[in-house]
Amino acid sequence: MKLRVRHTTEYGYGETVPLCHNLVHLQPRDTDRQQCLEHELSITPAPAAIRTGDDFFGNPVAWFSLQEPHRGLSITALSTVELSADAQTTPNSEAWELAVHCDVMPADAAAREFAFQSPYIPVSPKLADYARPSFPRGRPLAEAAVDLMRRINREFKFVSGVTTVGTPVLDVLRDRRGVCQDFSHLMIACMRSLGLAARYVSGYLLTRPPPGKPRLVGADASHAWVSLWVPGHGWLDLDPTNDCLPGPSHVTVGWARDYGDIGPVRGVIVGGHQHSLKVAVDVIPVDEEIDADS
Amino acid sequence: MAPRMTPDLAEPAAVRGFAQSYAPGEAYDEMMEPDGALRPHWRMFVSMLDDLGPEELQRRWVDAKRLIHDNGITHNVYGDASGLERPWNLDSVPLLTEQATWDKLSVDLVQRGLLLDKLLADLYGPRRVISEGLLPAELVYTSHAFLRPCRGLELPTDRWLHLYAADLVRTPDGGFSVLSDRTQAPFGAGYTLENRIVLSRVLPNVFRQCNVQRLAPFFVALRRTLSGLAPSNRDNPRVVLLTPGPYSETYFEHAYLARYLGYTLVQGNDLTVRDARVFLKTLGGLQRVDVILRRVDDDFCDPLELHGGSYLGVPGLLQAVRERNVAVANGLGSGVLQTPGFMPYLPGLCRFLLGEELRAPSVRTWWCGEADALSYVLNNLSSLVIKSAYPSRGADPTFAAELSRDALATLAESIRAQPARFVAQEQVMAATLPALIDGRVEPRRFVTRAYLVADGDSYAVMSGGLTRVTRTAESFVVSLQKGGGSKDVWVQSAGPVSPITLLTPATEKVALSRGGADLPSRVADDLYWLGRYVQRSESKVRLARAVISRSVEQGGEGGRTLAVLTAALIGSRVAAAPYACERPLLSFLFDPKYPGGLRGNVTSVYRLARLLRDRISIDAWRILQNVESDLSEFKPDADEPLARVSELLNELIVGFAAFTGLSTDSMTRGLAYRFLDMGQRVERAAQTTHLLRDTLVTTDQNESPLLEAVLEIADSSLTYRRRYLTHLEPHAVADLLLADETNPRSVAFQLATIDGHLAHLPRDSHHPHAQPDRQLMLKIRTAIQLADVESCCGPGPDGPPLADLLDDTLDQLESVSVSVAQTFFAHAKAASSLLGLGAGR
Repeated sequence: MKLRVRHTTEYGYGETVPLCHNLVHLQPRDTDRQQCLEHELSITPAPAAIRTGDDFFGNPVAWFSLQEPHRGLSITALSTVELSADAQTTPNSEAWELAVHCDVMPADAAAREFAFQSPYIPVSPKLADYARPSFPRGRPLAEAAVDLMRRINREFKFVSGVTTVGTPVLDVLRDRRGVCQDFSHLMIACMRSLGLAARYVSGYLLTRPPPGKPRLVGADASHAWVSLWVPGHGWLDLDPTNDCLPGPSHVTVGWARDYGDIGPVRGVIVGGHQHSLKVAVDVIPVDEEIDADS
Repeated sequence: MAPRMTPDLAEPAAVRGFAQSYAPGEAYDEMMEPDGALRPHWRMFVSMLDDLGPEELQRRWVDAKRLIHDNGITHNVYGDASGLERPWNLDSVPLLTEQATWDKLSVDLVQRGLLLDKLLADLYGPRRVISEGLLPAELVYTSHAFLRPCRGLELPTDRWLHLYAADLVRTPDGGFSVLSDRTQAPFGAGYTLENRIVLSRVLPNVFRQCNVQRLAPFFVALRRTLSGLAPSNRDNPRVVLLTPGPYSETYFEHAYLARYLGYTLVQGNDLTVRDARVFLKTLGGLQRVDVILRRVDDDFCDPLELHGGSYLGVPGLLQAVRERNVAVANGLGSGVLQTPGFMPYLPGLCRFLLGEELRAPSVRTWWCGEADALSYVLNNLSSLVIKSAYPSRGADPTFAAELSRDALATLAESIRAQPARFVAQEQVMAATLPALIDGRVEPRRFVTRAYLVADGDSYAVMSGGLTRVTRTAESFVVSLQKGGGSKDVWVQSAGPVSPITLLTPATEKVALSRGGADLPSRVADDLYWLGRYVQRSESKVRLARAVISRSVEQGGEGGRTLAVLTAALIGSRVAAAPYACERPLLSFLFDPKYPGGLRGNVTSVYRLARLLRDRISIDAWRILQNVESDLSEFKPDADEPLARVSELLNELIVGFAAFTGLSTDSMTRGLAYRFLDMGQRVERAAQTTHLLRDTLVTTDQNESPLLEAVLEIADSSLTYRRRYLTHLEPHAVADLLLADETNPRSVAFQLATIDGHLAHLPRDSHHPHAQPDRQLMLKIRTAIQLADVESCCGPGPDGPPLADLLDDTLDQLESVSVSVAQTFFAHAKAASSLLGLGAGR
């Protein structure tokens, strides 16, 4: 299945800004389940140069600077991604305790990088306590994680505007509401508090569902979900916002410890403080786009 | 007094004089053997001190204190808003070390430096030390000091760690152990230099006779290494020293080192990144920077990729490093090596990375994240020192031995709850050395910091170091913040030491340079305002002096003069009776909160001078420092508050004059001088104009006492007398002070000088006509030249026309000032982060 992603970010400043440096995570990375066929970054005003590379986690990054006075900035990333059509299923796995601080194989040891607290994701006994009912002794890891995902989906309310990027995970746990980023941080925090390795996935959802399927929550903005290291299997993606295992409707941009490592656009402006921000995300199947054009 | 050339080494253990009352405890002591005899390498030193005698010694320690004050050697104390600066605390007894001891230590530390360098390269590269199980993943991955964006940075040389300092303690057997590794941006090398300068001046003969190894070779190596880092422009690279600014604890040292090494001292705001290259914002435009010696912690160096909230750094710096367009020393990311949790793993890492046994031992350290270590620590807690496992800024270690039972239990509880966050260290700091405390020699515990700099494929070790001593005999904490003292370290060579200076390194040829268009815009701004505040303070002092002398001497008919002058000074008409103005006058002079008062102005002078420490001469700094302390320490008499004030004001005037004279005499006529002088001229023109406005315009008839006072305040009495004898006329006074371009105190003279400076400032050659400051200046000068001063002073329909002329002059002067600021200082714009929306928002 081929999807076309359009992600537009527009900044307006209150005054003329002489210099702006940016770093963006907008290019979908290649994974076992997806391949980025095309990617184009359009920036207005045009920067002198766009430099590309990889970040610490292997995600594609682009850097650019606007070095002439400007009053606003618009960044549009247009990507075409080929996704594997089959849905994920819950894999067979061993008892979850065996995955705690597991370093049996080199790959297990490598995944431990994601087993610890990070700037946006604390570990705490409270979080472990919340997770515990899903993780009774001996339960297979994947099954337990799917149960935790389901509980978060049921017990937490999706409400826009009550949380911000900076809302602490423990506040989310207390108030039981938030958006996909909060649910993802929370679920990762729960699993890391048990000693498991889990990472944050930044991505997109198909804007309009295929016929007969319900529209997924969070489809009109960038989306986030969770990936858990399952020894003997690999990384298992879980979307607590939609209580599903991400499949052909989920486009991955990249992964990291938490949102702070992989926010889509980072920027520093020199001069000018007030600014407005508008973001639009559109994900549609490529065939549909052709239909629309004709 | 002739020092004894050969001390009597055979002298028996009986110790007299200097060391007589010195009684160290059981632990290893630097100066004394356990049986109370002096160690051999101290005998010469002690005997020479004894030859000087206690009174002479005391006198020299006082000299040392004065030198420290005069050189303005300070450090800043956090959370001390009022004082902020504390004089550097140098204990005049150095730590003496034999060459052989230091040589062995050096070999050991060089190996440790090489190990840490390799470890850093591995952590930001393949991370084999983690995958091979030599370093726990958790210690690296949970550390805020492990900077992921620095992964895979390609460095101009394969060296990450250019500067390394080791904090050392003496072990009971007389060896050294490393208490902590300093790899971020180790401070103190500059203080070491200052300690050396002070001590070698106070004890010149002793210093010479002890054959003390020089410090300069270390700095020569540092300069060579930093130049060698330049990715391009190798022959004459621009190296800058990046400081967090004057509020940093060791700002004095940053300014001092910058001047000593010949580097430009910059703050993050002075630099900008364009096309992934780093530039210094100067009056002459953007100038490429090749190497940054940083004293800003690495995570604060780039708000784009590192700590997002920090504006001490330079947005985009990391990308410039990544593209190898600039080199940063130490390499960004080096702070992670300060992780105390790494220490237990260094022996294994040394075998793995270097294939050798670790030579320089660490103080025994346990990371509580390991189960065995945790149980050892909990079982032996009361004898250990507990620290954070991660690099921490300013957090004190906990000495468990000093805790109450309850506190100990609480500590054990917090370790059990999050063991991975703690390390425990053996309590080893027991050795003592002699410290001079209030004239007595007493034993104190100490930590010595040794400095290494990358040199070729190895490290050069400074022959000397910084020893810090505990404040009390019982304490184990050495901390500038807590007020402990510091000591010079003398490495004693077997034979005489040949002098070496940094100014003429034998192998380097200095490239000739003149002009100075590379003056950073911020510095030009600060210099301009320093000039303005100095002149403003001087003008206020002159006016105040005139007021005070009249308020003391005159009554009756002189009352009007006093009233007019007082109004000119403090802006409100105070009753003419003598002493009525006393209270407002005193608060104008001495109250730091009085708006526009003298004290506030002088504080501004002092603040700016501190910022410009690397730009103004030591002597100029000393003068301003004395002015500030004279004023702030002055206590008016309770009975007769104004009595000694005139004397003080006279001293201040001499101080300001000395500063101005010194800058005129010793600064090259580059841009720095032009901006300083321009500030002074603009302010003097404004102050004189104000004075005329406040005095002459109100004079409707010939008031000789007032005119005389005006001439005195404007320092033109002599010139006037020579010209007009004693006949005082308002228009003649106005002409001399306003329009006469030959009188160096006149407004016209200041304007002509300012115009001359403006003509020499670097301009954008694309817009030769866009020079609003010069156009304005032409307008003011013409107006004054064309004015008929005599008729101006006569009556007009709305008062004397002089008033309009003076008002216009003031307005336009202000416009010139604003225009200069816009043209040359438009750099101060702060950076801020763009908002991120987050996911799903």
